[in-house]
Amino acid sequence: MASIQINNLRKTYDGGVQAVKGVSIDIKDGEFIVLVGPSGCGKSTLLRMVAGLETITDGELFIGDRLVNTIEPADRDIAMVFQNYALYPHMTVYNNLAYGLKNRGFAKAEIGKRVRKAAEILEIGEYLERKPRQLSGGQRQRVAMGRAIVRDPAAFLFDEPLSNLDAKLRVQMRLEIRKLQKELGTTSLYVTHDQLEAMTLADRLVVLSGGEVEQIGSPIDVYEKPASTFVATFIGSPAMNLLPLSKDDNNWKLDNSAVVDVKLSTDLAELTLGVRPEDLVIEELSEKFDTGLHTALKVTAVEPVGAESYVHGTIGEGSVDIVVRAPGKLHFEPGQILKVTAKPDKLHTFDMLTGKRIELQGTLEIA
Amino acid sequence: MLKRVHFQPSVLPYLLVAPQILVTLVFFLWPAGQALYQSVLIEDAWTGNSEFVWFENFQLLFEDTEYLSVFYRTGYFAGAVALTAMFFSLILAGFADRIVKGSTIYRTLLIWPYAIAPVLAGALFVFMFDPTLGILAYGLKLIGIDWNHKLDGDQAMLLVVIAAAWKQIPYNFLFFLAAMQSIPKSVIEAASIDGAGPIKRFWTIIFPLISPTTFFLLVINVVYAFFDTFGIIHALTDGGPANSTTVLVFKVFKDGFVGLDLGGSAAQSVILMSLVIALTVVQFRFVERKVEY
Repeated sequence: MASIQINNLRKTYDGGVQAVKGVSIDIKDGEFIVLVGPSGCGKSTLLRMVAGLETITDGELFIGDRLVNTIEPADRDIAMVFQNYALYPHMTVYNNLAYGLKNRGFAKAEIGKRVRKAAEILEIGEYLERKPRQLSGGQRQRVAMGRAIVRDPAAFLFDEPLSNLDAKLRVQMRLEIRKLQKELGTTSLYVTHDQLEAMTLADRLVVLSGGEVEQIGSPIDVYEKPASTFVATFIGSPAMNLLPLSKDDNNWKLDNSAVVDVKLSTDLAELTLGVRPEDLVIEELSEKFDTGLHTALKVTAVEPVGAESYVHGTIGEGSVDIVVRAPGKLHFEPGQILKVTAKPDKLHTFDMLTGKRIELQGTLEIA
Repeated sequence: MLKRVHFQPSVLPYLLVAPQILVTLVFFLWPAGQALYQSVLIEDAWTGNSEFVWFENFQLLFEDTEYLSVFYRTGYFAGAVALTAMFFSLILAGFADRIVKGSTIYRTLLIWPYAIAPVLAGALFVFMFDPTLGILAYGLKLIGIDWNHKLDGDQAMLLVVIAAAWKQIPYNFLFFLAAMQSIPKSVIEAASIDGAGPIKRFWTIIFPLISPTTFFLLVINVVYAFFDTFGIIHALTDGGPANSTTVLVFKVFKDGFVGLDLGGSAAQSVILMSLVIALTVVQFRFVERKVEY
């Protein structure tokens, strides 16, 4: 077990493409860090640099106290779980688990002991003599996990390990990975594009975009105080609603059209107002808040998802789409006008140009 | 009720397969039939009169110790060619699989020998290894090896093995490389994280995973050594010295076209034909069905 220190790591490919543009993360011993971001944000590249499968263009990488920039993957004392499991198809499950130990010259008895222990933890004991192709997706996933834990490495690296599983198994394996990691206390770096996976697994989240860190923080922090409009829309489903506001003389306008009466203590002439779908309340169904956001929503569609419904609609002069997440099965006709409100402490403000979060002084009120 | 789609009978499908069938008939079934027919005749080379003798030609062949030794020699030759060609192409493919830059150039250069006609390949080796003129023979002499494949039967055999294997390496290389590149990259990466160095990865992961290709190539290479090396042997040694490089195909040619023993030569062809059939069966039974791992 060890800490991992990522100092200003960069990756530039031969063609000049910059995949990782100076990322720094301090990972404490035993911490579960999830790297999350859309495709092409550099999260996998970063993980592969930590694993030693990609060379490091610039920056420093420490595992424990050791600078490992140029050390071979085998000598970094890490284990990796791949998206397609990467099991050795010609070997039995036992040999798949034992391979790494054999290569490191462990004694036969010790290998047997470790493999059986890992198999017991992962409940794959009865499949030890099978070949990977005789296993289901979930079982293969367990074997891949087993291959990582038999080695008892300093860190686990996970590269979207659950994305080949069906939805139900994914939820189950997610819980198991979390439980296992807590039991073993092994430092883990986990890559995913699934924000739900990221939220549920992480001690701390690292949101990446375009090869740069957008935000590092606990899942709840990231959810409640997104550092930018990118994080705001990436974390949370459905995504946070963003309303572009601009000041013209002394009037705030929504999307350069409808004038709205807003009191904001800011010098900025433009800003983006964010509000999560579940923080919007339909007045017809609930109480009205005195302060905060009040606006009229023109319904375009209602999506019932069981316990709740997503009400899609437009505000202003029909140019801004927003989603309201409301409990129960709701029925509204397209075209119907609803009044929606949000508490002032549920409103987020971002700089429209940079997309960065800004904290405003005083109360924010839009009428 | 099972409903089937019925088409109007049409001549089009027959027309479409006709060229293939025609080629097979004219260039394979007809000559093969001729050989079968010839193999049960003894023909007088001078008068053209022939006599039907049942299996006497075969009987004579199997009683002939020379023929049996040619059989063994062919086995030895085929084994040596197949193993040499596969061994070197496997190593070259292993290298090519690992390089990132310039792999196209490397690959193209390696494939070139395949485009050279067997007789020309033979001629190249004749020049290079000629005991009096050849540059390689000269080089060998410098390091104390007295090279003369025109006198030394073992050296002659070595020479035809090298030439025949050299010609087959590009073919094997292509198949090995394709097989290696179809192994998921992550499996190799997993092995390198699991502490296996390049050589260990090759023998414990890559080699077992390409075993279906290896087996396929083994059959192909043996067939090649048996039947397609005539040109090389003809150009290099002409079966000599003292028949030391006369393999089955070459003997068919020598007995039939030089010795004018048409019946005996035909009988040998029939034996070769049954060998091809046997090898093809092996290939279909074991290779086409995926080798399990």
